[in-house]
Amino acid sequence: MNFTLKIWRQKDAHSKGEFKEYQVKDISSDTSFLEMLDILNNDLVHKGEEPVAFDHDCREGICGMCSLHINGHAHGPSQAVTTCQIYMRQFKDGQTIVVEPWRSAAFPVIKDLVVNRGAYDQILQAGGFISVRTNSVPDGNAIPIAKADADESMDAAACVGCGACAATCKNGSAMLFVAARVSSLAKLPQGRVEGARRAKAMVAKMDELGFGNCTNTGACQAECPKSISIAHIARLNREFLCAKLED
Amino acid sequence: MALKLDSKIPAGELAQKWSNHKAAIKVVSPANKRKLDIIVVGTGLGGASAAASLGELGYNVKIFCIQDSPRRAHSIAAQGGINAAKNYQNDNDSVYRLFYDTIKGGDYRAREANVYRLAEVSNLIIDQCVAQGVPFAREYGGLLANRSFGGAQVSRTFYARGQTGQQLLLGAYAALNKEIHNGSVKSYTRHEMLDIVIEDGEARGIIARNLVTGEIERHGAHAVVIATGGYGNVFFLSTNAMASNGSAAFQCYRKGAGFANPCFTQIHPTCIPVHGTQQSKLTLMSESLRNDGRIWVPKKLEDVEALRKGTKKPSDIAEEERDYYLERRYPAFGNLVPRDVASRAAKERCDAGYGVNETGLAVFLDFKTAIERLGKKVIEQRYGNLFDMYKEITDVNPYEQPMQIFPAVHYTMGGIWVDYNLMTTIPGLYAIGEANFSDHGANRLGASALMQGLADGYFVLPYTIGDYLAKKIQAPKVSTATPAFDEAEKGVKEKIEKLLSINGSRSVDDIHRQLGLIMWDNVGMARTKESLEKAIVEIAALRKEFWKDVKVVGTADSFNVELEKALRLADFLELGELMARDALNREESCGGHFRSEHQTEEGEALRHDDKFAYASVWEYKGMDVEPELTKEPLDYEFTHRAQRNYKD
Repeated sequence: MNFTLKIWRQKDAHSKGEFKEYQVKDISSDTSFLEMLDILNNDLVHKGEEPVAFDHDCREGICGMCSLHINGHAHGPSQAVTTCQIYMRQFKDGQTIVVEPWRSAAFPVIKDLVVNRGAYDQILQAGGFISVRTNSVPDGNAIPIAKADADESMDAAACVGCGACAATCKNGSAMLFVAARVSSLAKLPQGRVEGARRAKAMVAKMDELGFGNCTNTGACQAECPKSISIAHIARLNREFLCAKLED
Repeated sequence: MALKLDSKIPAGELAQKWSNHKAAIKVVSPANKRKLDIIVVGTGLGGASAAASLGELGYNVKIFCIQDSPRRAHSIAAQGGINAAKNYQNDNDSVYRLFYDTIKGGDYRAREANVYRLAEVSNLIIDQCVAQGVPFAREYGGLLANRSFGGAQVSRTFYARGQTGQQLLLGAYAALNKEIHNGSVKSYTRHEMLDIVIEDGEARGIIARNLVTGEIERHGAHAVVIATGGYGNVFFLSTNAMASNGSAAFQCYRKGAGFANPCFTQIHPTCIPVHGTQQSKLTLMSESLRNDGRIWVPKKLEDVEALRKGTKKPSDIAEEERDYYLERRYPAFGNLVPRDVASRAAKERCDAGYGVNETGLAVFLDFKTAIERLGKKVIEQRYGNLFDMYKEITDVNPYEQPMQIFPAVHYTMGGIWVDYNLMTTIPGLYAIGEANFSDHGANRLGASALMQGLADGYFVLPYTIGDYLAKKIQAPKVSTATPAFDEAEKGVKEKIEKLLSINGSRSVDDIHRQLGLIMWDNVGMARTKESLEKAIVEIAALRKEFWKDVKVVGTADSFNVELEKALRLADFLELGELMARDALNREESCGGHFRSEHQTEEGEALRHDDKFAYASVWEYKGMDVEPELTKEPLDYEFTHRAQRNYKD
């Protein structure tokens, strides 16, 4: 298969970026989207040009590193997968494909398609944890947890922290990301103890870092590679409201 | 001068060794901990849990990772589960049984004392992770659920769907975030360690490259912990993440740390087979699938032909025409034999011509019986995300047709040599998790990597490091304005400049791919004297070519992925040769190391305990100079070394 690629090139955070056009040829339909970019990059290196910088690592949809906007969709045209799980068989031979980095004020571009998602780490550092010390814990079976609650906690915990939610949201809101963590811990008795403090601290940090507000458009849920439900946002709102009422 | 190896294994009864040792080693008072600095390199299960625990204790910790967040370390990709000897299933599991299974699984090439300690602390890990909010799978009564993994006859594996590594890492990462919040840990993301700094024979810090700006930085500390995982990417195609590398470990080796059992590589039996030449990595299908999946190839070669031509589908082949070869050869363990045994058995069938795809390098993993027995819904609950992943990659629906699988490089049991305290041969330099060599012998059992990473990080290192640091309480802050730091920084800068100036004709990936083929063909699942000697010559030649003809574009002072890859490949080109040399020296078969010259009549690995009951520890002597071997004898005081038997 052959493709025309329009790729965002930007030297560094301070430079102005632009789209550049590239041709790739003889791509197997079983080749992944990122492998197709590898092939382009190998060609560029042979020509002495700088390859396209993009984030990726595990290439099996779990590390959350890959982060491309492909033809206007975070993580490309398929539902419920990350960029690294897109295969060229999903495109038409000869198609033009537009590749951009995440576009969000809170995720500045580092180079080409690579952005800085440090803000997500900072939100979790503000309170996305349970304060237990190593070795200061009861037996694993001491606290029975209803299977349904454990399952729902796991649904939320599946978030890979890729940033697609904030990059997709027209308000640049990180609510789905924050909600996934808050909700995952709120469904477990271990997480209840610090529930109020956690919700307030994480929301405050999110606001401080320049993420926008949630207006319930649901775009985040549609583009989330792990199909995290916006029902978790409702739970976050409840947690946050109850915490504020206690103040 | 040969390496001095003192394993510091405590005396006494096996079950008392760790308690005795903990009682005997020194501790550092809270007031003194505040004065001591520790560097942790790597943020996977080992690194994150160690840094968090050390931060809690009051040490000043700096942690480094090459990704944009500590949460991306490759521990995240572990699927199946984590072992512990809880005996929650009442199936007669115990610390001793987990110890015994692990020692036997490792084909009697690990230290008894280390493995026993690992089994002993395994239960604490589960408690710790539950308390952190790891959403482990639960039964309807609300208690923790278990499943079985290879090499065990009990159900001791705890899991969170097919994403156990992710959930455990998010637990450790949360603990790390707590300590970053508290100010005891400082996190350096997109930073790569490029050298270790040694002064007066002790570790003093590291040289790191800021991967965004290209700046070369100096970081000093009273102790350095390497937690950078394994070196499986020497094979180019592996289940490792693209950026996983052996470079931090290799710099330690280059600076004098012993490197142990480099040839012990785990080839995982259930990976999606290689397709075409454009592939960048291989994808693992969790070992947990072998709980319910049955592995087979056709009995008749004409059925194999028909499958390859597409005139028959797997479901057209009648039950009696299928060879469930693991169940046939190993009735007691069946499809749940250890990984090395399952991989070799797949290779044996494919070598005999029974491979079921066009390349002849695939076998079936079939869920038909399980779906009939349990229903599609139960299988979906257990393995849904794995089945989805398989379908995404191959475009085949595994609920209808069996999966095709083939062995692929997955894990390295070898690594930096460490003593019982997890300290390397360089005082103040520690190695934990997959980066060290200590617990898995010649083959690691499934669900034991997560166990070891967290055991080292949460429950071993935080105690043992105190024994060394207690001697440093009078030491001032480590200065980075010293000749040792000058020299290390200069070396790093020269290496980078050299790589950028070659401007040859071959890309880093081209050369890496070629190295991978040499490794897979000659230092892979079956090795011979001839293949290993050939590999040593070919790798040395390729290394020369690399340093003469590689093309690295871009600059040193910018975000430059090609330069990162070139630096890592330079080390793989030496590590590959070291692996071949180690495999050549070990004239026996054990675990994942199979020398074709040494096998039983039934094709099983044949150990030679009289000659090779030791860990091979190598000392670096220069890029094109043969390394020197020192042997650490492995004395078995408490278990009887037997030919591994998974048949009855």
